[in-house]
Amino acid sequence: MAILIDEKTAVIVQGFTGQIGSFHAQEMMEYGTHVVGGVTPGKGGATHLGKPVFNAVKEAVEKTGAVASIIFVPAPFAGDGIMEAADAGIQYCVAITDGIPSHDMIRVKRYMRRYRMERRMRLTGPNCAGTISPGRAMMGIMPGHIYMSGAVGIVGRSGTLGYEAASQMKAMGIGVTTSVGIGGDPINGSSFRDILELFEQDPETQAVVMIGEIGGPQEADAAQFYKENMRKPLIGYIAGLSAPKGRRMGHAGAIISAFGESAAEKVEILQECGVTVVPNPAEFGPTVARVLAKAN
Amino acid sequence: MVKAQIHSGARGKAGGIKVCASDKEIWDAAEELLGKRLVTRQTGAQGKVVYRLYIEAATEIEQELYLGFVLDRAAERVAVVASAEGGVEIEEIAVEWPQSILRVAVEPAVGMQEFQARELAFGLGLPPALVSQAVTTLMGAYRAMRDLDGTMVEINPLVVTKDGRLLALDAKMSFDDNALFRRPRIAELRDKSQEDPREMQASDRGLSYVGLEGNIGCIINGAGLAMATMDMIQHAGGKPANFLDIGGGASPERVAKAFRLVMSDERVQAMLVNIFAGINRCDWVAEGVVQAVQKLKPQIPLVVRLSGTHVEAGRQILRESGLPFIMAETLAEAAEKAVAAWRASARK
Repeated sequence: MAILIDEKTAVIVQGFTGQIGSFHAQEMMEYGTHVVGGVTPGKGGATHLGKPVFNAVKEAVEKTGAVASIIFVPAPFAGDGIMEAADAGIQYCVAITDGIPSHDMIRVKRYMRRYRMERRMRLTGPNCAGTISPGRAMMGIMPGHIYMSGAVGIVGRSGTLGYEAASQMKAMGIGVTTSVGIGGDPINGSSFRDILELFEQDPETQAVVMIGEIGGPQEADAAQFYKENMRKPLIGYIAGLSAPKGRRMGHAGAIISAFGESAAEKVEILQECGVTVVPNPAEFGPTVARVLAKAN
Repeated sequence: MVKAQIHSGARGKAGGIKVCASDKEIWDAAEELLGKRLVTRQTGAQGKVVYRLYIEAATEIEQELYLGFVLDRAAERVAVVASAEGGVEIEEIAVEWPQSILRVAVEPAVGMQEFQARELAFGLGLPPALVSQAVTTLMGAYRAMRDLDGTMVEINPLVVTKDGRLLALDAKMSFDDNALFRRPRIAELRDKSQEDPREMQASDRGLSYVGLEGNIGCIINGAGLAMATMDMIQHAGGKPANFLDIGGGASPERVAKAFRLVMSDERVQAMLVNIFAGINRCDWVAEGVVQAVQKLKPQIPLVVRLSGTHVEAGRQILRESGLPFIMAETLAEAAEKAVAAWRASARK
């Protein structure tokens, strides 16, 4: 089953003909993703990488039946691109773009809520590595070969740390249903909690790994959701135990600015809610293996 | 009043704000403050040097209020926070007088409304004669937050003077780095004298760097992996000298810039390079590392851990370079070797 995407999901690429968009669209197609076209305003009518280019997302959806979109549009225009996708009836959107202003994201999130629940777009990112259902489809910039297909869901804020976790798991023969990057920005499309909900409903997923970090309330919120609503085991990790307070650690959202936002405090909250905590980042593989062994 | 203009709050307690009764006292206070290094609760031990002063008439204060605008990450809106217990930091207000804190969330589609500003003004207990002035102040501060891409606006204290006026006695604003491209006038205000020189160099080169107190220099791609590697070093008994994210990709130019930056920190006694190569293959990253080391010749132990795409080819390039790299395969091994190498080099 996997969540969000599989080999049948029809995907368009926004920012298709740009250098970055082209490169990753090619990689995605080689991985087996069902890419049906792309959007670059002003280049409609052309063919790029063997796929049609459209001026607008609405047109692309009408002509190709696309249900998902991945955004490589530069930061100043990315918020606009996300709203265009939401309006065109795209169901799932992955925003890779890094550096979108926070006030733009506030407007984007508000705009998305104007559609009724049943036709409201789901957004993951921005500032993320994307989503991959190993062996089926990839909407993102990750190296596909480090993921093995299997029964564990991954959701994380960081790209390369997510790679680290997936490759530790693969080394121990543990595969992944879907890995979702929710991004490192303070205001993002989907929260940990949103994605946990999907994994809990997915019959193929047996356990979930959540890779969090300092800053923001999302990990604590997710832990509460786990305690109250999840039956599948949740394994959590929080990066930034050694990070000082009040300093931004690379990600726009990785800053300890309030009570409960430091790694130590989050670990405590996770443990209180019964989440199995990965003690240090070298222990992703072994911890997941232990949890799976206990569950079976 | 003579106020030191540094990028920090809590200046009063550190001696950065002087009340003067005569012209001579103002000159003396200015003399004392200019060039002085002020250490406040927010600056860290190294403090910040005072290059600018703000001089204003002292005000007789009836009441001190707190007013703040922040990005509320949970609500995904701008939240307005106000308290009648101003003059101290919001953290202290939250602990001492939590019931005094008023909050209003701004609906992003329409912006802040006057009724919300009135609700806060009356909630603060302001006399009716001052409410319309307070509404003007609140609406103006909200516009500054929204139109200048602020991430925080703090007016603390907002005071009621003895002669019945409302006055912003101090204000702080933070801006969204990601929005500076469309706020050139804000970008111009950047005061480099208030920034850590290494962090400034890094941001000018497109790297994300935060200087820390330890001795093990870190070069990593990706913010999450960088934090995790620092945690791993700490777990292994060492201390990271810095946070450094060279970006998801790791081009040879970026690797070279990162080496220069980390080596400019004299405290660094060992270095750990941890790159998870995705689209940028390990062999390419390894060539960048070799070039940087051949050129810059660091005289400290260097632990390198590569993983991801074409990892074997990358390791082979490092081995065949003839350079004294300490190789590691896993994250745990990399951190342990870096800590051991630092201990050995610190003993010399």
